[in-house]
Amino acid sequence: MTTTFAPLPTSASPSAATASTTTESIRFMPTPQQAYLMRIGDSCLIHAQRLAEWSGHAPILEEDIALTNLALDLVGQARALLTHVGRQTGFDEDQLAFLRGERDFFNFTMTELPGRRAGRDFADAIMRNFLLSAWMNVLWTKLERSGDAEVAAIAGKAVKESRYHVAHAADWVVRLGDGSEESTRRMRQAVDRLWPYTAELFETDAVDTAAAESGLGPVRAALRVGWQAIVEPVFADAGLTIPAAGAFRSTGSRGLHSEHMGYLLAEMQTLQRSFPGGQW
Amino acid sequence: MSAVAPHEHASTARVTRAWEVLRCVLDPEVPAVSVTDLGIVRDVVERGDGLEVVVTPTYSGCPATEVIEQAIAAAIDDAGLGPARVTQRRAPAWTTDWITPEGREKLRAYGIAPPGSCASEATASNVQPIRLIARDVACPRCGSAQTERLSAFGSTACKSLYRCIACREPFEHFKPI
Repeated sequence: MTTTFAPLPTSASPSAATASTTTESIRFMPTPQQAYLMRIGDSCLIHAQRLAEWSGHAPILEEDIALTNLALDLVGQARALLTHVGRQTGFDEDQLAFLRGERDFFNFTMTELPGRRAGRDFADAIMRNFLLSAWMNVLWTKLERSGDAEVAAIAGKAVKESRYHVAHAADWVVRLGDGSEESTRRMRQAVDRLWPYTAELFETDAVDTAAAESGLGPVRAALRVGWQAIVEPVFADAGLTIPAAGAFRSTGSRGLHSEHMGYLLAEMQTLQRSFPGGQW
Repeated sequence: MSAVAPHEHASTARVTRAWEVLRCVLDPEVPAVSVTDLGIVRDVVERGDGLEVVVTPTYSGCPATEVIEQAIAAAIDDAGLGPARVTQRRAPAWTTDWITPEGREKLRAYGIAPPGSCASEATASNVQPIRLIARDVACPRCGSAQTERLSAFGSTACKSLYRCIACREPFEHFKPI
């Protein structure tokens, strides 16, 4: 199997379910099916990490609670997927989340972009949440029919959660996009900043093709129509224009991340890295 | 519903007794209702010496899941019916439609408006509501239908916050999912 998703050679390659107890950095060469699931799980996890940064910082208390509630669902979805991958690779969910390095995370670059730092604001958080939750909703709907029974079961739960994630985000997109002069200006800027990263959400590669051929799940290109059906009416209601497609392609799903990812991981992993094997 | 009613097994006395014990294991976050009221216990099966309790989690990220599983195992063991083993069954996914009529009444008495039916939503899964839908939620205190939602999310993943316009009391609503 040719793989384009693992940019660096790997050393350890635990093939089957021998549980590892390591507290050191882990690397392994995932099968395309494992990489496919890690892309989804990692995207949930990193998106959740960014949403959780709003805890104590959102503009209003209700939204503070909302964003962290959404993050909680996403962490749960990530746990389920990483645990599933872990059963095949010998690592548990915590090892996969906290002991992998940047190159071995396969989340979409959009998920790791700062939400409330580096010139970004609440509009970025809302717009990203909308674009991603719409994508997740379409994906989970298709994964309900996955040939992998565990993945189908995870999707059966997650699709329900993604529905109110989309509803909540869409509500805010319209409220801010069609709101005051200031909120409209900020939403437009957020769209301009984020839109180039949507191309990656629909770019089918060898991992997708292998996953689709084995009946695991759809290729990314197959999600576009459903996604547009959610995104376009909301943009229209919000008075926002969908930008023209550009040539830029982000590469997080291949393990090649933006400059923001290392900082995010440093914060997310610091406890396990500082106190190896520490437990609640 | 595709869900099989969990009680309809040829039960041994031990299994029957276990269901009685489980009726007293309360949800740590909504201590008005038990795990059987919520419909998350899907099966109780004898496995050799032990007793297996099959549980379907409520929300993917519900932080109470592990606590509930520990409480179930402890209750079975304390009743002398163990050793208990709690396993998860993800499919079919839990829905608030599985909350029993008694569970709904207990929620209401506790001040939480119980969820409406969402069976129709589940069957039409390709018709997704992409905007917030106003639902009629009756005040659990005075019964008035004149209520408004204050916050889509609340103190736990499963609840949102409402206010009754008639009696002015704020209350929580168990969201249908």
